[in-house]
Amino acid sequence: MQVRKKGFGMAALHLVLIAVLIAWIYPFVWMVGASFKTQAELFADRLGLIPASFSLENFIRAWSLANFNQYFLNSILVTASTVLIVLTTTSTAGYVLGRYNFAGKKIVTNILVASMAIPLGFSIIPIYQLLKILHLTNTRIGLILAESGGANIIFILLFAGFFRQIPKELEEAAIIDAASFPTIFRRIMLPLSQPIIGSVTIMQSIWSWNSFMLPLVLTLSTPRLRTLAVGLYALKGENSVDWAAIAAGGTISLLPIMIVFIFLQRYFVEGVAGSVKG
Amino acid sequence: MTEISRRRGAGALRRNTLWCWAFLAPTLALYVMFNGWPIVSGLYYATLDWSGLSSSKEFVGLANFVEVAHDPYFWNSYRNSFTFMLGVVPIHLAIGLLIAVALNRKDLRFATGYRTLFFLPVVTTAAIVGIIMIFILAADGPINQLLLMSGAIKKPLDFLGNSKLAMGSVIVISGWKNLGTNIVYWLAALQGIPDELYEAATVDGCGGSRLFRHITLPLILPMGAVIALLNIVGSLKAFDLIKTMTNGGPFFATDMVATYIYRFAFSSEVGVPRIGYATSAGIFFGVTIIIVGALSNTLASRIKANSAK
Repeated sequence: MQVRKKGFGMAALHLVLIAVLIAWIYPFVWMVGASFKTQAELFADRLGLIPASFSLENFIRAWSLANFNQYFLNSILVTASTVLIVLTTTSTAGYVLGRYNFAGKKIVTNILVASMAIPLGFSIIPIYQLLKILHLTNTRIGLILAESGGANIIFILLFAGFFRQIPKELEEAAIIDAASFPTIFRRIMLPLSQPIIGSVTIMQSIWSWNSFMLPLVLTLSTPRLRTLAVGLYALKGENSVDWAAIAAGGTISLLPIMIVFIFLQRYFVEGVAGSVKG
Repeated sequence: MTEISRRRGAGALRRNTLWCWAFLAPTLALYVMFNGWPIVSGLYYATLDWSGLSSSKEFVGLANFVEVAHDPYFWNSYRNSFTFMLGVVPIHLAIGLLIAVALNRKDLRFATGYRTLFFLPVVTTAAIVGIIMIFILAADGPINQLLLMSGAIKKPLDFLGNSKLAMGSVIVISGWKNLGTNIVYWLAALQGIPDELYEAATVDGCGGSRLFRHITLPLILPMGAVIALLNIVGSLKAFDLIKTMTNGGPFFATDMVATYIYRFAFSSEVGVPRIGYATSAGIFFGVTIIIVGALSNTLASRIKANSAK
């Protein structure tokens, strides 16, 4: 009797979860469905998810007429470059902060941690002016630098925590072989930190890919440098009638990141959980 | 000093210190450019009457701050930011915990799959979700069609265009968008509780809701305080969803400080940009966030200290 009651409760829980999750992901399913519909079909059947015929018309329109080919390339370039820069800077900083004692270490750590308290809300204005002084507004490099310059302290702490607990013997063997400081880092330490590299890569990819305020502000006068999010926002502004193309643009922008997440989610979820534990 | 460097003497130690700073240099350079400089120059900009476009700047002292403090539209956005925060944070904490408790059950199959789906909105681009939601929530969109068909409403509701409904709509969408993060936070907290505690309590005849109240809740409270803090600060900074979904409208009903600042600094809606004025509004609000953060932090450590007793 007890067992049957429990089984019933479990079935009910599954039912509730499934019902909630159908509503939960409905907007995405709707978006993907709408991107294959014709404009007329979209407005005739607003609720429906499955198009009458799978037409690639909207994707072609978004991809070449609305410049999503360019935006897609920009998003890829900005995301990949940002990830590379952030991996380099945070792994090296995390390595020395986690493994060495040197004069000024404490101050550096405190200054870096303090950055977590700064609200981007107003720093976007000085950042824009700084890039202007450096003649980097309306360039991809300026956007990449600004994206990489955000508060990466969580990643530095992740690397520092990891490198701290690697046994000293590993290094000592290398020192006897007369390996230099950077060689020890590159040949021995960095390869060991693969799980952290994984977490940082996926988290930073998702952040950069989804970034909106920075690319919006930094590409205001250079439409050809827009990222996908900014491009879709512009498309909506220019043409709020062509919802089928907007749905296609949204699908082009969101599907890659969703797929990346579903395959590599372990790293991401661990990173998010780690950031609240730390 | 590590053992390695001691063995190799002072020369090696000095060389290692140099290497340490060389390894920190890229981080510090980026930090100076994008964290340090904005604070210093921001404080300077706030004292200027400056469009940011020309070189003509006029020093106006604290006049910008006085003007911000006297602008009813600023206070409207200020109030909206807090209304938004007070709406979103309880959703994140309460519903997030509820779902996390359900997903944390050892005997629940497909828990990871469910978690993935709950988390999915988190990884999507907020700006794009905002745009798609305009259609989903439109008067002639799918949600309204569903409500009309079910007979729940007679006339379509203009979720984003009606100034009475708009704030509630952006709160719900924002709650949905970021709930997954909080589920993962809470799951991390729940998984930190040793199984033995539950087993011991069950042996003592403790059941479901009492178990939750007397064992789970006190143990996750300290981390709950941290989660609350992250949510409070995060929601006060919200921009992407608001900018794309309502752009602060209708009639400033969802105008937050972030969209207010953007309007004065970068948008052509209000004529010539006012960099100095926008920065001072940003600093004003930044200081508020820091104070709210510090207050919640004190509260959090008090909760922590209490539950440690």
